[in-house]
Amino acid sequence: MFIDPHAHMVSRTTDDYEAMAAAGIVALVEPAFWVGQPRTFVGTYVDYLSSLVGWERFRAGQFGIRHYCTIGLNSKEANNEALAEGVMEWLPRFAMKEGVVAIGEIGYDEQTPLEDKYFRAQLALAKELELPVMVHTPHRDKKRGTSRSMDVCEEMGLDPSWVVIDHNNEETVRETLDRGYWAGFSIYPSTKMGNARMVELLKQYGGDRIIVDSACDWGISDCLGVPKTAQLALESGIAESVVRRVTYENALTVYGKSGQMHAADWLDPAPIDQRTLFEGNSILRGGRDPLVEATPARRRDNLLIE
Amino acid sequence: MPVTSLALLRQWVCRQTPEQADWLKTQYARLGESANERDLHLFLGLAPRRLGKQDLILSPTDLALANQAYPGWNPSGWSLDGAARIAALLIFQGPRPFPAAFQDLVRTADARELVTLYRGLALYPQPQLLSFEVGEGLRSNMRSVFESIVHRNPYPRDHFDEHRWNHMVLKALFIGSRLGPIVGLDERANVELARILLDYAQERWAAGRQVSPELWRCIGPFAESVSAYEALERALAGTPDERGAATLALIAADTPSARTLLLTTPATTALVAEGRINWDNLTLLEAA
Repeated sequence: MFIDPHAHMVSRTTDDYEAMAAAGIVALVEPAFWVGQPRTFVGTYVDYLSSLVGWERFRAGQFGIRHYCTIGLNSKEANNEALAEGVMEWLPRFAMKEGVVAIGEIGYDEQTPLEDKYFRAQLALAKELELPVMVHTPHRDKKRGTSRSMDVCEEMGLDPSWVVIDHNNEETVRETLDRGYWAGFSIYPSTKMGNARMVELLKQYGGDRIIVDSACDWGISDCLGVPKTAQLALESGIAESVVRRVTYENALTVYGKSGQMHAADWLDPAPIDQRTLFEGNSILRGGRDPLVEATPARRRDNLLIE
Repeated sequence: MPVTSLALLRQWVCRQTPEQADWLKTQYARLGESANERDLHLFLGLAPRRLGKQDLILSPTDLALANQAYPGWNPSGWSLDGAARIAALLIFQGPRPFPAAFQDLVRTADARELVTLYRGLALYPQPQLLSFEVGEGLRSNMRSVFESIVHRNPYPRDHFDEHRWNHMVLKALFIGSRLGPIVGLDERANVELARILLDYAQERWAAGRQVSPELWRCIGPFAESVSAYEALERALAGTPDERGAATLALIAADTPSARTLLLTTPATTALVAEGRINWDNLTLLEAA
């Protein structure tokens, strides 16, 4: 049983949902993010946030996967001040919706003054609404950007145990953990973290406050990042308890602080929910062992389309 | 004094969560005087957190009272927080007319919230002005959202024009939803709908697919005008459910041709006459 605590499902297909469910993913967190090109109207951003709490949640439910999300203005679009001001007005309304487990992903891209302004404003919002925070750390000037993100969280009075610093690597993890934050790792080919490197990090740091995610999105990325890393870690001799913490329990602990995410949501769904919004948990129902290999290869193998 | 839907909702919610009754009373009092939509948003966000999301527990008496307060209103299947949220919407006195506030609520709603917002449609002030949002809900691909408008909800019966009504019924069939829970299904039956549904049945059969037996309910009264006898004959030869449905439809048609066809299915016709087969029960259930 896995949780993928960072997956941009609006950019993924139903094949991915099927593969994730078959591989044992029972829940995921979809952070509000940059969709590959800038939104230039406040309204398109609002509709995007609406799809995260509405349509995408329903879509995931049809595959027996529980969908949670984080609400926020991402760092790239924070640079469009008119857009950013408009979005900030709507954010509090979305932050109160069901299944919103954090404010995120927020933080720095190029570390501009506008990025800084809206990062701080959203940290203040998270504090006011008592929500955890998911911090996106920059791809460029990463090490300094990561340190600065944590400095600002502290300046704004946030408790590090309520903040996930995501997209860590070998260079940033030590400081993130030492300062008391949760350290997210995105298993994302080429640009972020590979899973063999991840296994090495688990050997070194254990499972305390470490969270593995896929960050799968519109780029070449793998929605099975979490189960594949778990399998590789187990094959490399990492203790099962450590694997379970970094691929399931830790994410549930930190995002569960929102009061919006409970294991019972997927282990024991309410009957009314099963009748209306969630197709139950096919893995638990069928008693089948989740496996990466069990991923359906329908596209390739099935000639008939009915 | 006649019973109101608001009074019933308040009573049911407080009865089920007596420990929250004081909180609800304070909140509702504020919403009744407030000119601030933020208070409403806050209440809608807090309702599931404070009350929980369990089913609203209703007795047959409660359902009878609901039907008295608004004919056709059937709150069975509602959730506790949903009932509390709809009561809040009925109480709220805001700065803008209700339809404008409602538009923003729909725009920002999460999946469960949408279901709740639409379930209350018939009860809101100026319900006829909510037509645009209702259209968006009908077009939704979220089945539960579509059904929150279509099932056990008197709004379509009271406010839909014929075109929208007919397309609602057709979509219900198309997505495999039930017709039985549609309020006013027989009342709003019309010859145009019968024609559309007969075409739909032929198209399904041509593709080698089944049709829902419930479809014949909307065709029966117009069997003569839309020339449905051949299709009904085929349905009579189908599954037990289809035979039951076709029999009921032919009885509703009540024409010489229908009566002739009914002679080929005497056993089922007799069961209908005895009240043992009806639209809620298309085949004879084994005695329990």
